[in-house]
Amino acid sequence: MQSPRRSRLRACRAPLGALLAIVPAAAWADIANFLDPLGPIARFQRLELIWASVLILIAVLPVLVGAPWILWRYRRSNRDAGYAPGWSFNTRLEIAMWGVPVLIVIALGIWLTQATVRIDPYREIDLEMAEGFDIRLEGPPVAIDTVGLDWKWLHIYPDEGIATVGELVVPVDRPVTMRLTTDTVMQSFMAPGLAGQIYAMPGMVTRLNFIADRVGETFAENTQYNGPGFAEQRSPVRAVPRDEYILWTAAATGAPPLDERAYARLAASGTLDEAREAFGQEGDGPLVFTLPDRRLFLRIVARYVTGEAIAPENQPGSPVYDPETASLPDIAVVFGENGRPPSTGPASDAFAQGGICGAPAALTIANLGELPDG
Amino acid sequence: MSNAKPMNAHPGMNLGYGEGAHDAEVKVFGFWVFLMSDLVTFGLVFAIFGTMVEATAGGPGPREVTNLHSVAIQTALLLGSSFAFSWASLSMKYHEGRWRTLFYLSFAATSALGFLIIEFLDFRHWIEIGAVPQRSGYLSALWALVGLHGLHVAAGLLWVGAMTAQILIFGLTDDIKSRVTRLGLYWHFLDIVWVGIFSMVFLAGIA
Amino acid sequence: MDNIFGRLTWADVTLFEVFKDPSIDTAVASAAAWIAVLGAVAVVALLTFTRRWGWLWREWLTSVDHKKIGIMYMVLGFVMFARGIFEGVVMRTHQATALDGGILTPHHWAELFSTHGTVMIFFVAMPFITGFMNYLIPLQIGARDMAFPMLNQISLGLTAAGAALVMISLVLGVFETGGWTAYPPFTGAAFDPGPGPDYWVWAIVISGFGSMFSGMNFAVTIYKMRAPGMKYLHMPVFCWTALCTSILLTFALPPLTVAGLMQGLDRLAGFHFFTNDLGGNMMNYANLFWMFGHPEVYILILPAYGIYSELTSTFAAKQLYGYTSLVWATMSIAVISFCVWLHHFFTMGQSPTINAAFGIATAIIAVPTGVKVYVWMATLWRGRIRFTTPIVYMAGFFILFTIGGFSGIILANPAINYQVHNTQFIVAHFHNVLLPGMLFAIFAGIHIWFPKAFGFRLHETWGKVTAALWIAGFSMTFLPLYVVGLMGYPRRSSAYDNPEFVPYMIVTLLGAFVLLTAFAGLVGTFVVSIRNRRDLAVPLGDPWDGRTLEWATPAPPPHWNFPVIPQVRARDAFALEKVEGRPYVVPEEYRDIHLPPSTMAGVMCFLATTGLGFALTWWIWWLAALSAVSVLIWLIGHSLRDHPHVVIPAKEVHRSNQAWIEAIDLATPVDRDHETKRMNRGFAATDMAEAT
Repeated sequence: MQSPRRSRLRACRAPLGALLAIVPAAAWADIANFLDPLGPIARFQRLELIWASVLILIAVLPVLVGAPWILWRYRRSNRDAGYAPGWSFNTRLEIAMWGVPVLIVIALGIWLTQATVRIDPYREIDLEMAEGFDIRLEGPPVAIDTVGLDWKWLHIYPDEGIATVGELVVPVDRPVTMRLTTDTVMQSFMAPGLAGQIYAMPGMVTRLNFIADRVGETFAENTQYNGPGFAEQRSPVRAVPRDEYILWTAAATGAPPLDERAYARLAASGTLDEAREAFGQEGDGPLVFTLPDRRLFLRIVARYVTGEAIAPENQPGSPVYDPETASLPDIAVVFGENGRPPSTGPASDAFAQGGICGAPAALTIANLGELPDG
Repeated sequence: MSNAKPMNAHPGMNLGYGEGAHDAEVKVFGFWVFLMSDLVTFGLVFAIFGTMVEATAGGPGPREVTNLHSVAIQTALLLGSSFAFSWASLSMKYHEGRWRTLFYLSFAATSALGFLIIEFLDFRHWIEIGAVPQRSGYLSALWALVGLHGLHVAAGLLWVGAMTAQILIFGLTDDIKSRVTRLGLYWHFLDIVWVGIFSMVFLAGIA
Repeated sequence: MDNIFGRLTWADVTLFEVFKDPSIDTAVASAAAWIAVLGAVAVVALLTFTRRWGWLWREWLTSVDHKKIGIMYMVLGFVMFARGIFEGVVMRTHQATALDGGILTPHHWAELFSTHGTVMIFFVAMPFITGFMNYLIPLQIGARDMAFPMLNQISLGLTAAGAALVMISLVLGVFETGGWTAYPPFTGAAFDPGPGPDYWVWAIVISGFGSMFSGMNFAVTIYKMRAPGMKYLHMPVFCWTALCTSILLTFALPPLTVAGLMQGLDRLAGFHFFTNDLGGNMMNYANLFWMFGHPEVYILILPAYGIYSELTSTFAAKQLYGYTSLVWATMSIAVISFCVWLHHFFTMGQSPTINAAFGIATAIIAVPTGVKVYVWMATLWRGRIRFTTPIVYMAGFFILFTIGGFSGIILANPAINYQVHNTQFIVAHFHNVLLPGMLFAIFAGIHIWFPKAFGFRLHETWGKVTAALWIAGFSMTFLPLYVVGLMGYPRRSSAYDNPEFVPYMIVTLLGAFVLLTAFAGLVGTFVVSIRNRRDLAVPLGDPWDGRTLEWATPAPPPHWNFPVIPQVRARDAFALEKVEGRPYVVPEEYRDIHLPPSTMAGVMCFLATTGLGFALTWWIWWLAALSAVSVLIWLIGHSLRDHPHVVIPAKEVHRSNQAWIEAIDLATPVDRDHETKRMNRGFAATDMAEAT
C-alpha cells in the first residue's frame, strides 16, 4: 500500500515560494501553490499578504530594532546613559504609541474590508470582476459540485455528466463555480494555487468561486482533520487549455457509472488507493465516472434533512457504515411538493451564508437553483 | 476592611456596623458575580434554542409542546414562591425569632415543589407524544433549556432544605442571614429566567 | 461482572499493547502508560518511605492558604507540562520522518496532537496563570487570603480532576482524536462512539467549572479585599491584568461549559445539538467553542502582560511608564476579546461583511497589544537594566512575540486567512504567541517570585542558560512552520508528500530537542538551587528591590501575610516607602488574626468529580451516582457543622514579625551590583533612593 501511494503523491508537488526559501528540488517548481498561484484570486491573496506585511512592519520594526537597542544602551553598567526613575508619562509619546497603531489599523481595516468583499468566495466571477483582475473570460462558468468523503474529494461535473475522484480538472480562462458539501464529518476544501479554502458541512452547501488564468498544476487538500486518512486527502488540480478540457470530458464518457451502489461504495471510509482497489482500478490515476443521476449532489445534501435519524449503517464515515445496504434518499420524497424538506432550520444553504448573524432560511430546491425533476 | 468609616453595609440583613457586615458584603457581591456568570450560561442556551426553533426535523414543534394552562400554573407557582421568599427575607430582617422566617421559607419551598411537579407532568406528556430530546435539534434545545432551569430549581430546593437545617441548628446568625440573602437572590434570579422561558419558548412558540 | 465497569474491559488497558503487537507506535503508547503508572507509584512510595503523608495532608491538601494553593497549581502545571513537552518531541520526531509516512500510526498521531493541545492549554497554561494569580493577588493588594478560601481549594480540586482524567486516558482506553477543539460531528457518537471524546468532554467541563470559580473568586478578592487606601489606580499592574482575566474567566467559561455539556448530551443521551441528522448543527459548536476560545487566549496572556510590567519596572529600577495606558489597554483587550471569536472560522461561508467586521475587530485588538509593548520599551528607556534571567526572557519576548503579533494581524485579514487557515501557519502563530508571550512570562515570573515563596533565589547561570535555550529552541521549532504553512501543509496532518518540507521539519525536530534540553535546564535550575539554598537564601524578603507590597514581607511570608493590614497611599507602595527611607515600620499594635480553617472540601470534590467524569466516560452508572450523591451529602453535612476560624494570637504575630524586623536591623542593605551574589539576603539598598 505504501508504494503506489508514494508514486501517486509525487504527482502533487508544491514548490517553495521565491519569497521565502531556497528551492532544493527544481522539479517541484512547476506545481502552483499560494506563493506561486495559478489564478487571480490566489494572486490577489498573495498581494494582500505582502502589503499587509509591509504595513504591519511600520508598527513592528520599532520594536525589533528599538527593544534590543534600549536593553543594551541602558544596561546598568553603562553609567553614561541617562537615568530617569520617576519618568512615567509623556503626552507626545502617548499620542504616538496609540495613534500610529490606530492609523495602521484604520488602513488595514479599510483594506481588508475591500479585499474581503472583492474576493468573497460566494461571488461568481463575472466580466466586471475579470476586468478588475485584468484577465480574459472565455466561455460560461463551469459548475462543479464537490463532495467531501473520507478521505478523498468527489468532484461532480453535472453539466458534463461526469464525476472524478483524485483529480480536479478545470479549463483555463473559464470561471469555476463550485458548490461544496460533505457526506461524512466536516471538512475544508483548499486549493492553494487557486482560491484558498472553504468548509464543507453535511446537509449544507457552501460555495467557492475561482478561475485559472494559466495552464498548470496545483493541488487540492482537506485542512480539517477527519480521521486517519486525513493526510492523504490531497490530489492534483490541473488547469488545462479549453480544447484539452473538451477532449478530457469527451474521453470520460466511456467511464463506469456512479450509480447509487457505486456511490455507496465510494463513500466508505478509505483513501484514494483503497477506493481504486475497491473499484478494481490499476495504476495510480484518478477514478472517473459518468453520472447517471444528475441530482446526486442534491441527494447527498438531502440525506441530512429527511427528518429521520440516520442509522449508523447508513452514515458514511461511521465505523459501522455498510456500503452494501446504504442508500440515498429520493429527492421527490424529501423535498415534497413545496420544495422544502421536513428538517429545515440550521441545515440550510442560506444559514451557512449568514453564519451566526444570518436569519435561518430553509434549504429549498429554489435556494439551490434546481428543480426536483432535474 | 477597606471601609474606615462605619456604615451599615447591608440594611436588608440588619447586621449592624461590625466586621460581619463587610464579610456579608464580600459574600453577597461574590454571589452576584456567580449569578451573572450563570446568566451568561442561560443566555447561551437561549441563543442555541433560538437557532434551533426551526430545526424540528418533521417532529413535534412549539405548538405540540406548549400547554398554556400548565405554563400559567407553573408561572403562578414560581412567582408565588418568589413572593413567599420575599416575606421570609423581610421577617429575617425584622423578627429575631427563626420560626416566622422558616414558615415563609416552607411556603416558598412548597410552591416551588409544586412548580417542579407540574413541570414534570409536562415532561411526561412530551414523552408521551414523542417529543423526546432525541427526536430533533429543536427538542434537544427545548429540553436543555427548560431542563436546565428545572435543575436549578431542584438545586434551589435542596439548598432551602439545607438552609432550614442550618437555621434550626445555628439560629439566624450573621452568617446564616447572609446565606439566606444569597439564596433569595438565586430564587428571584430563577424567576427572571423563567419569565424568559415562558415568553420566548412558549408564548413566542405559539404566537 | 462486565456491567460493574460499564464498557471498560481488559482490552482497554494500554500497558500491554506493545507486547501484543510490538512496533514503535505501540511502544510509545505503552511507554507513556507505564510512565504514568510508575510515576504515580513512585510518588506514593516516596511519600510513604519519607513518612510524608500526614504532612502532605495537613500542610498542603487541606490547606486553604492561597499561597499553598498557588504553589500546588504550579506543581500540577509542571507535571502536565512534562507530559506536554514529551508529546511535542514525539510529534516532531514523527513529523521529521513523515514524508509519506512517519513512525507513528495516524490514529496515535491524532491522539497526540489532541492531548498535547488539551494538556498544554487547560492543564499547563491555565494552572500556571491560576497559580500565579493565587499566590500574588492577596499579597499585592494587602489581603490575608482570597474572598472565598474554601472555594479556592475546590477550584484546585476540580482542575486537578480534569488533569487526572487526561492522565487516566493514557492507561485506560484512548483519548479523542479531533484536536483540542474537538469539533463535532467528528467527535460525535456517530463517528467516534469510543471513550475518547468523553474523556475530553468531562475533563474540560469539570476543570472548566474550577477555572470559572477561580475567576469569580479572584475578581471578588480584587474588588472587595484591597488594603485600605488602595484605590483601583493604585493597584499593581499584575492585579489589573488578573482582574481582567478573572472577568474573562467568569464570562468566557460558560460557553465552553455549555458546548461541552451539549456535546456530552449528544454523546451520552442521543441529543441532537451538533449531530449531522435531525436538525443538529455543528456551526453552533464552533461559535460556542470560540466564544470561549478567543477570550481564553487573553485569559492566558493578560497575567503574562502583568508579569512583564512588574518585571520591566523592577529590573530597570524605574517607575512603570504609562500606567494608565496599560490599564486602559488591558481593559480594552478584555472587552474586545469577546468580539472577535468568528475569526477562527472565516472560512465557514458567512457573508463578507460579517467576516470583515470580525477581521477589523481582530485588528483593533492589536492596538492595545502594541501599546503594551511600547509601554514596556518606554519603561526600560533611561532605566538601569540588570541582566538577570527575567530580563533575558523579556528580551526574547520582545523579538519573538512581535513576530507572533505580526502573523496574528495577517491572519486577521479574511482574504489571506482563506489561504493559511488550518495550516501549519496557524500552528506557528499560536505557539509564537503562547510560548514567548505566556510561557516566557511564567518562567521569568518564577525566577522573580520563587525567592518570595521559598526563601531562596534560583541559580542565575542555570537560569540564563535555560532562558537562552528556550528562546533558541522556540525559534528553531516554530518559525519554520510559517514557511511550510504558506506552502500549504495542513495542521494536524500526520504525513506529507512534498520533499521540500523535510529540511524544515528536521530543523523543527532539532528545535524540539533544544526545547527538551531547556525543560531539563528548568528542572536542573530547581535542583541546583535547592542544593545551594543556603547560599541563595533571601529570608529578608526583598531580593530584587521590589516595588509592590508582597516584597514588604519576609520570604516565605507567614501564613497571615501581613502582621497588620498595610495602609496604602500610592502606587508602588513599597518602593515609595524605600525612597522615603521608611520601609519596615514596626506596627504600633498587634491584634489577633483570624484565618479560615483547613478543610478537605477540595479533596472531596477532586475525588467525586474524577469519579464522576470517569464514570460518565465509561458508562459506570453506579459510580456516577455514588460520586454525585456523596459529594452533595458531604457538602450539605459540612454546612451543618460549625467551623470556627483559626486564631493566631497577637503575641505570636508580634514574635514572628519582631524576629524579621530584628534580622533586617542587623543586615546590611545590598545594592544592585550584588543582586545575584551570595550577600543578597533580601534586604535591598534601593537604586531609586540613590537617584532621588
